[in-house]
Amino acid sequence: MATRRIIPCLDVKDGRVVKGVRFSGLRDAGSPVELAARYQEQGADELIILDVSATPEGRGHQVPTVEAVRAVLSIPLTVGGGIRTIDDAAALLEAGADKISMNTAAVARPGLLSEVAARFGRQCTVLAIDAAAVEGAETPSWEVVIYSGKQRPGKDAVAWAVEAEALGAGEILLTSWDRDGTRSGYDLAQLSAFSSAVQLPIIASGGANTPQHMLEALEAGADAVLAASIFHDGDWTVAGLKRYLMERGVDIRPPEDDHTQEPMP
Amino acid sequence: MTTAPQDPVSIGIVQTATANLASVLAGLRRAGAAPTFLEDPADVLAFPKVVLPGVGAFGAAMGQLRKAGLVDPLRERIQRGLPTLGICLGLQLLCDASEESPGVEGLGLISATVKRFQGDLRVPQFGWSQVSPGSEASFFREGYAYFANSYRIDVAPAIDAGWEVATAEYGGPYVAALRKGDVVACQCHPELSGTWGHDLLTRWCNAPQQEGA
Repeated sequence: MATRRIIPCLDVKDGRVVKGVRFSGLRDAGSPVELAARYQEQGADELIILDVSATPEGRGHQVPTVEAVRAVLSIPLTVGGGIRTIDDAAALLEAGADKISMNTAAVARPGLLSEVAARFGRQCTVLAIDAAAVEGAETPSWEVVIYSGKQRPGKDAVAWAVEAEALGAGEILLTSWDRDGTRSGYDLAQLSAFSSAVQLPIIASGGANTPQHMLEALEAGADAVLAASIFHDGDWTVAGLKRYLMERGVDIRPPEDDHTQEPMP
Repeated sequence: MTTAPQDPVSIGIVQTATANLASVLAGLRRAGAAPTFLEDPADVLAFPKVVLPGVGAFGAAMGQLRKAGLVDPLRERIQRGLPTLGICLGLQLLCDASEESPGVEGLGLISATVKRFQGDLRVPQFGWSQVSPGSEASFFREGYAYFANSYRIDVAPAIDAGWEVATAEYGGPYVAALRKGDVVACQCHPELSGTWGHDLLTRWCNAPQQEGA
């Protein structure tokens, strides 16, 4: 049985890791290669790189960044941000990505998911959904947000996840638009709704500030938890977080330095 | 004592269909090897070490190998025990056949049919699972490895065929990795399996070739 996963996320702009609230007020947080190596050493189970560059020039750093990170990274790497075509996906896979995360382009043209899955496999096909609560809804519901928050096309987010599963997505990266960057915890009602609607593994994203938040997300049905600033700011290491979760009975791959202390089954 | 830096170990990679090979190449380079792609069927037997990676469907990959004239050289290479590393689908191709592609003949080096995970399981499985070596003397070490697969090989036929087997659990035990001499094949992805995988790749890449091989 596969363990639950801890996934640090690097938001990369113009080749540098940045952090900020809802892609505004970005601050430099370091080199992608250095941070990738550090999180891997701490026991990260995977890494996600999301390119948030606003310009084609900035996005030109994407392939070299993935190549440089791949050279040092011996865990799975998901890459997203600005992927519009199967050729974009192919270029990033060739550079060293293991999975491709698609968001706005998949909403605009859902067939993109099927194309990527058919050519590279479902294990390679990640759908990122930014989901915002629908205000005034009678029962809790969420709508899809695209273009980094600039548009709400009126698409039900849970229905979109179900559709994507049928199209060939292998995993859902679910970001709570309302919680992202707020450090107030993941949207647990949202996680429960998605995890009961689809069979796919769900990566919870948006709002993590404490290990307790991550524990809650895993208990609410997330297969993996993604976080950025909690790690970048040094509040918690991946290893420290993993020990916290293991002590509370979550099935986790132990941090690398702990293998020898592990009881034999 | 000082030693001159060793030349990187030359490793030939068999290209199968649409497999994404960047991670495999990077993992082998980190292990101190210099991987290159095999173009010529004759190289499959000539290269000191060969990697058979694999992502995608059993039938498509066998079709690709057959079209490239690689089936017989690969079969001979493994039967002769020349250093070979199969990864993921590269392990499954060693079997007679697979439920994934009924009617397609595999390399036939393990008398077994590759089966889909049974029961109420999420398939494919993605993620890290514990690998248990069969014994303390095993080539494989205790640890966690990264898997991404829908199909698996039963433990008993592999043991019966004389392979040393490490197991993992998903609705029951299955083959995580196996070895016979210098031939190693992993259901997991050593190139994505952190220190466990790096250790395995480093030991396989740098092991001296056995006498008479």
